[in-house]
Amino acid sequence: MSMLTVENAHTYYGNIHALKGINITIEKGEIVTLIGGNGAGKTTTLRTISGLLKPREGDITYEDESLLKYKAHEIVYKGISMVPEGRGVFARLTVTENLEMGAYSLSNKQDMGNNMERVFNLFPRLKERRSQLAGTLSGGEQQMLATGRALMADPRLLLMDEPSMGLAPVLVELIFETIEQINKTGVTILLVEQNALMALSIAHRGYVLQTGEIVISDTAQNLKDNPTVQKAYLGME
Amino acid sequence: MRTSFGERMLDLIVSGFLWGIRILIVSVIVIGTIGTLRTGQYTSEQWIDFVVFGVAQGSIYALIALGYTMVYGILRMINFAHGDIFMTGAFGAYFIATWLTNTGFVDANPVLGLLIPILFAMGIAAAIAMLVERIAYRPLRGAPRLVPLISAIGASFFLEYAFRGFFGPGKYAYPPIKALEGSWEIFGIGILKVQIVVTIAAFIMMAILYFIVMFTKVGKAMRAVSENKDTAALMGIDVNRIIVSTFALGAAMAGAAGVLFSLVYRQIDFFMGFTPGIKAFTAAVLGGIGNIPGAMVGGLVLGVFESIGPSLFLEGLGITRPYQLKDAIAYTMLVMILLFRPSGILGERLTTKKA
Ligand SMILES: Nc1ncnc2c1ncn2[C@@H]1O[C@H](COP(=O)(O)OP(=O)(O)O)[C@@H](O)[C@H]1O
Ligand SMILES: [Mg+2]
Repeated sequence: MSMLTVENAHTYYGNIHALKGINITIEKGEIVTLIGGNGAGKTTTLRTISGLLKPREGDITYEDESLLKYKAHEIVYKGISMVPEGRGVFARLTVTENLEMGAYSLSNKQDMGNNMERVFNLFPRLKERRSQLAGTLSGGEQQMLATGRALMADPRLLLMDEPSMGLAPVLVELIFETIEQINKTGVTILLVEQNALMALSIAHRGYVLQTGEIVISDTAQNLKDNPTVQKAYLGME
Repeated sequence: MRTSFGERMLDLIVSGFLWGIRILIVSVIVIGTIGTLRTGQYTSEQWIDFVVFGVAQGSIYALIALGYTMVYGILRMINFAHGDIFMTGAFGAYFIATWLTNTGFVDANPVLGLLIPILFAMGIAAAIAMLVERIAYRPLRGAPRLVPLISAIGASFFLEYAFRGFFGPGKYAYPPIKALEGSWEIFGIGILKVQIVVTIAAFIMMAILYFIVMFTKVGKAMRAVSENKDTAALMGIDVNRIIVSTFALGAAMAGAAGVLFSLVYRQIDFFMGFTPGIKAFTAAVLGGIGNIPGAMVGGLVLGVFESIGPSLFLEGLGITRPYQLKDAIAYTMLVMILLFRPSGILGERLTTKKA
């Protein structure tokens, strides 16, 4: 049984049909990437999995249980965390407070302390800035914070929405290295990206989303070699 | 883009008018103040008295203002029923305080005699506010902003006339605490005990609230939810529960304020929440709506201004009964802030996100 199965999901914004019956499966331990242009429905897919949106049709199964009956905040307790698009750090909370919010679902203060140590080891920059307001951090630091905050909940599945957005190439490099590192500790990752080249370089498998539909699904290597993908998403002729 | 001559004239007239108002206000205050101080009819003790009374009154406004500002922070909505929540707290306290006074308990234990009605008022006010949120506001979340505002005004009328229905239109005498009668000498100045106790109690309540919001898990979650509800939900925060807690916490402060207010004014009625409600709203706007320390500062500034204003600058203008205009000071301040600095004293400029 797969860890997560999105089955024929249709999601709407009012009358706008944003997801037109998509199917995605994710196996435990994988990095799966979802690539696609602006407005393809990548964010909508993640929000549908995390429970912020409910599909009008279809099902989402996680660890043999449908997620549709749970609200967004309950899904966190199941072991799914999300790094939202544009980071979404709480600007008027300090770095430490942001991380504490990430650990909101933990009942044990001890675990929270341990996780915070882990996050600080992963991103030493955050430790230096821990009492600063998150709104005063640079874009790269905010991305580290948003990622660290999601890790605070001890997720088994991590959903990441365009972590490279608006970051300098060096930082993109660093963030992607960290994603691989996180994956090696046993966290399964669904990575949404417009930066398809970077995403395919660390992912095992990938899906290409176009106007609300999955148009290609393959291994990362095959996607990199696929002429259609090369032309549309990798900027090659 | 080029603007037409007409538009430029209009701009000029509007800004000229606004400057006119500014100059008028400043001259009223300056001329009035000079006029009053020249006559020297008030001793410095009297001025201190005004300030002390203003601080006591202002700390009550501040307590109520916290509820407005917290609910605004989290829902971007003005809870116009909040003044009536304050009234329900005072009514709840009235019954228990009367009973405790009649049994002689308050005379024997003045501290508990003060504390029990306060706790009771906080409980009642919180419970009613939670009901109002559940019934009148939650179903309308996501509706255009005007809709919950209308619902809030409806809830306000409902509470007022429900209490009028149950308890009648008359005034009830709130039982005084004997131990708080008279005054204490502080630095050689006699200050009414009740004002000192009210001020201290209000400051303790504000400190408790500040501690909750800044340092507890639920308080941090409130701040997170007020920044972004979806992201907060992604942390595992039950947003609805945090919203209810915010209403309950703000209402508890208003309930406590209801008791303190009743101790100062000694009488209560179903309509008593109206004026303090607007004053506290003014205080919240003055301090920067959504800003918690701002509400506290705004309350104190308004209280002191209202208390010294009539004698300081209205009397000096030859107005015969300046205290009649006390409320006008608050309302003028509200209009002035909205005109000239809608973000308040401590608030940042209104951004599109907040507005
Ligand atoms: N809040 C919304 N209201 C209405 N339409 C939306 C909303 N969010 C996204 N959409 C529409 O849904 C489609 C998919 O959007 P999104 O999932 O954000 O795309 P992506 O993340 O791939 O850029 C787009 O056509 C977008 O315009
Ligand atoms: Mg997106």
